[in-house]
Amino acid sequence: MTIRYQWLLLASLLVLGGCSSLGVEPWERNILARDDMLMDADALDLAFDEHIYFSKEASSGGQGFAGGGCGCN
Amino acid sequence: MQLKRKKIAGLLSVATCSLLCTPLQADEGEWDVDSAILYYAEDNDRVQAIEPVISAKKDLGDEESVSLKLVIDSLTGSSPTGAVPSTEVQTFIRPSGNGTYTVAPNETPLDPSFKDTRVAYSMNWEKPYDRNNRRNYGFNISKEYDFTSISANALWQHDANKKNTTYSYGVNVEFDEIDPVGDVPDPLTSMYDQMKGDSSDTRNVIDLLFGVTQVIDRTSLFQINLSLSESDGYMTDPYKLVSVVDDVSGQPTDQLFESRPDSRSRQSLYGKYKKTLANDDIFTASYRYMTDDWGVDSNTFDFAYRFKFSNGSYLQPRLRLYDQTAADFYTYFLLESDPVPSEASADYRLGEMDATTIGIKFGREVDRQHSWSVRLEQYEQTGESSPSEAVGQLRNQDLYPDVTATIVQLSYSFIF
Repeated sequence: MTIRYQWLLLASLLVLGGCSSLGVEPWERNILARDDMLMDADALDLAFDEHIYFSKEASSGGQGFAGGGCGCN
Repeated sequence: MQLKRKKIAGLLSVATCSLLCTPLQADEGEWDVDSAILYYAEDNDRVQAIEPVISAKKDLGDEESVSLKLVIDSLTGSSPTGAVPSTEVQTFIRPSGNGTYTVAPNETPLDPSFKDTRVAYSMNWEKPYDRNNRRNYGFNISKEYDFTSISANALWQHDANKKNTTYSYGVNVEFDEIDPVGDVPDPLTSMYDQMKGDSSDTRNVIDLLFGVTQVIDRTSLFQINLSLSESDGYMTDPYKLVSVVDDVSGQPTDQLFESRPDSRSRQSLYGKYKKTLANDDIFTASYRYMTDDWGVDSNTFDFAYRFKFSNGSYLQPRLRLYDQTAADFYTYFLLESDPVPSEASADYRLGEMDATTIGIKFGREVDRQHSWSVRLEQYEQTGESSPSEAVGQLRNQDLYPDVTATIVQLSYSFIF
């Protein structure tokens, strides 16, 4: 396992272990429940961006699957 | 009575909806439709794309839904071949093997036959398993003249900590078939010899995604994703070239078909933070670190700030910053005296680069059933145009021309 890979794994484990004290009660979600507060709000914008940057750069994915994408790369 | 019960059910859904559940938009049985058209244009007559898309999601009740999406992507223009410019006229063979085209002195060689139409179709089905678990299955097919891609994915989401924490586990399997115009070239052989092998080749991709979304407080949340991606098969771009140049003059003496490794392993760590401020504006920031066994490391920062106005409209400036290191086998050119390596590509997308996107978006929610937006962005990509390894005439050439692209997107959403 490379050092870079271990770093990614460690960061993920820290996040997993450190979240249990955060959060709100169910009746406190009025703001968080808005469409524009969703992590995937403006889904078509995100999809267009993924396609554009996949075609112009050597990276893809992150928020979603990286995939092999289109033939334009 | 029926209407009242529906309204109460709707209000209860808002109060209890977890963050990753279907947003309250369409009622049961209604279609929530998002449509958009994207116009993408690079300067200097390079790539232009027009991409209409329509996506429809039907709420089947009890948080179950199906989604369908259709994308049509029309590409025209010229794409850099990877060959270096020269002080003399250069002649290249078209990818089909039939006919030639010439490139004027001191011009970046561009393949003028870049033209394609892609049609992509996808469908998704989301259904709760129990109170704290949801499953999501997707299927995608994409077809263009020389490329076919089929993929299927599954995502399992588990809520914990009063639904303040959501764990996501996903897998995506993809099968691609590359069917190049003029067949698959033999790697690192001369373009002038036109040595071609099979008519097509394939590659497989498997992606694994593990994510955590966490509510911080009433107005903010964050998401962390760890992604792993393994690709095996034909990864080379059959239309890209690498120039062989004279060690002293720097003049091209041959043009070889490029060659990339037949596997690629990528890992990325992605984080996103979102907060509604006291005045209802929304701030979003994200970061992605990606690394792969080709030697590419990249950082992507993305910031957006949504100014919200009382009439349901908003204005959203955006800044995206990107940088990447070059792939190990990336080279501007090969020297005639050097042995031909096993892998080499001069594709600028595998070179060291920085990129910046600056944009603005204006949107308006007309009523609960209709909204529209317009997005305008400019993308600029820069690399090292005068590398130290340049020899002879190449010292005076732009070996990594900047890319400037304009992006315009119109979107319209409605419910029926």
